[in-house]
Amino acid sequence: MAAALRGTALALAKGLGGARLHQLVSRPLSVSASLCGSEAPPARADSTFKVTMIPGDGVGPELMTAVKDVFKAGDIPVEFDEFYISEVQNRASDERLEKLLDSMKSNRVAIKGKIHSPMENKGELESFEMKLRRTLDLFANVVRVSSLPGYSTRHNNLDLVIIREQTEGEYSSLEHESVPGVIECLKIITREKSRRIAKFAFDYATKTGRSKVTAVHKANIMKLGDGLFLQSCAEVAELYPKIKHENIIIDNCCMQLVQNPYQFDVLVMPNLYGNIIDNLAAGLVGGAGVVPGESYSAEYAVFETGARHPFAQAVGRNIANPTAMLLSAANMLRHLNLEYHSQMVSEAVKKVIKQGKVRTRDLGGYSTTGDFVQAVVENLRHPPT
Amino acid sequence: MAAATKETSRAAGGAPRTQPPRRIMQTVTLIPGDGIGPEISAAVVKIFDAAKAPVQWEERNVTAIKGPGGKWMIPADAKESMDRSKIGLKGPLKTPIAAGHPSMNLLLRKTFDLYANVRPCVSIEGYRTPYTDVDLVTIRENTEGEYSGIEHVIVDGVVQSIKLITEDASRRIAEYAFEYARNNQRSSVTAVHKANIMRMSDGLFLRKCREVAENFKDVKFTEMYLDTVCLNMVQDPTQFDVLVMPNLYGDILSDLCAGLIGGLGVTPSGNIGANGVAIFESVHGTAPDIAGLDLANPTALLLSGVMMLRHMGLHQYAAKIQTACFDTIKEKKVLTKDLGGNSKCSEFTTEICRRVQDLA
Repeated sequence: MAAALRGTALALAKGLGGARLHQLVSRPLSVSASLCGSEAPPARADSTFKVTMIPGDGVGPELMTAVKDVFKAGDIPVEFDEFYISEVQNRASDERLEKLLDSMKSNRVAIKGKIHSPMENKGELESFEMKLRRTLDLFANVVRVSSLPGYSTRHNNLDLVIIREQTEGEYSSLEHESVPGVIECLKIITREKSRRIAKFAFDYATKTGRSKVTAVHKANIMKLGDGLFLQSCAEVAELYPKIKHENIIIDNCCMQLVQNPYQFDVLVMPNLYGNIIDNLAAGLVGGAGVVPGESYSAEYAVFETGARHPFAQAVGRNIANPTAMLLSAANMLRHLNLEYHSQMVSEAVKKVIKQGKVRTRDLGGYSTTGDFVQAVVENLRHPPT
Repeated sequence: MAAATKETSRAAGGAPRTQPPRRIMQTVTLIPGDGIGPEISAAVVKIFDAAKAPVQWEERNVTAIKGPGGKWMIPADAKESMDRSKIGLKGPLKTPIAAGHPSMNLLLRKTFDLYANVRPCVSIEGYRTPYTDVDLVTIRENTEGEYSGIEHVIVDGVVQSIKLITEDASRRIAEYAFEYARNNQRSSVTAVHKANIMRMSDGLFLRKCREVAENFKDVKFTEMYLDTVCLNMVQDPTQFDVLVMPNLYGDILSDLCAGLIGGLGVTPSGNIGANGVAIFESVHGTAPDIAGLDLANPTALLLSGVMMLRHMGLHQYAAKIQTACFDTIKEKKVLTKDLGGNSKCSEFTTEICRRVQDLA
């Protein structure tokens, strides 16, 4: 029925021109569908959503192009505010950060690629991405790891959620050389942030109907630090009696993930362990190219890939897999309440993967990024009713 | 029996065959450990006996005792035995999670300055996992890094843990890794780090690895971020050879690799210390729920023993015992419960002994 309405709307649009056309096309279809088109809905102040876009380094710009192409083909009412920021290319000054923050303050939602952190110590101990995360207080990183139907790996039918605290922990960027040849790196764990991420994890589990939250730690060695994290999780767990709470040591967790990943549901952990497990879990279902992820703060939401790598060796070769970024873009649309469009994009992507005819190199095929995007666009034009 | 074969070959006047070396018994300190420790140690001793390996066992117990000055240490006789024999084989030791005395393994490490933890992970034919053809070695720096144990509560609710990286320790582990690669015919060494985030500490580790790599041009050196290694490891573990890394990453990665080949019940491990001391151990837990019930799987301790034999230069005995063990697992007729069968530990041991004797 929605498709029929859409057809009507397009037909109408084709017959009109100029500003009227823009207004009709940019009106979210969810609104039209519910009103059965009998009377014109009140004109929305921002009928096109504005979203900040940060392409980042490596294959980021190519993936963003893929997202833009798909959005254009699907007539999705989202406009992008682009910011080209890069630490390795010296385009990460404070003024750029200021402009980016202004844009974020008005848009609240962003989609971004990976901003690569160079290894050379240019005097800055904190990478730009960390600075961005801290400034926007994006404390929670959520990666939904689910197996793609039609692409089988060693472990199929996986469905995990990994929630990682990403503003403190080992990434505090507090290092110093106390004596020449001896370097100390501080890992900071605070009760406040541990409680906050634990509460986020349990709220998320409640909202999405999950049954178990497992805290990942190394409290047998880091008794005070990870002990505090564990204690905070346990305290918050008491407020959610319906959700089971367990904990597991990080090395055992990694081992269990490769032997029997089905025993896990939602995992919550501090920064470094989150980095490891995000990547491990992404590898279990097909690699960095297929897992979407998002970062939340109390005010902002940033959508990106789950396993964050610039993948520099693929730049310019048109081989990167845009699945992760497209699925993340679909999640972003859902966050913006554009449910219909979100479904349209994610179903198109999943259909292409399931059919298995067009696959990029990381999934064992020979198609280019462009081919894949083309296939997704085809499936958009003929959405399943 | 060895003497008889010598006589016959001499009498037959055939080409002088390489005589097996005279059986100089080498002393090895055996630490059975807790839980299932004693039974699997007994199994290993039995198998080594059947293989007629020239190993003389000195059994010692290791518990934490408070020495003069309030410092925790291991019993004096255990220390003396290890210092003399230089080689040890250890079963699982209990580690309490709550505070108390420091973990036994940590104590042993500090006492003998066991700076390198080596875990070769090879897929076992006959014990199928989703990952086949795994053949890599993780070498982990074992004395510093995130496990320095230095933590403070700054204010209530804020805790700081210190990760220590020193030039000396990094250089030492890098040198060990390259030497290991050279001595065991491995083609490449990969340094695993997170120097893009922890720029000074992991940066120092990486710099030292690069410097040492200059002296070992015959071994390929690569570097990879920890998250990239994890990502690639679960997709295609065959691309890795020898991995060298600081403490925490090593802990996690070595357990990850153990998971790829079937878990801690079948993974050997060795700790190399300064002054030529080496302790080989099984890394699984004490399994108190099956202790004393003759259900334990001695494979991990046995393979660690094999690693020990190789370290001692007794390659033919090592090969014999390893083949016997793998053949038994491949046959699938006599397997302990965790390997998928329902035989007892003693039956499994007897089967391996039988094969070892057949191979002799």
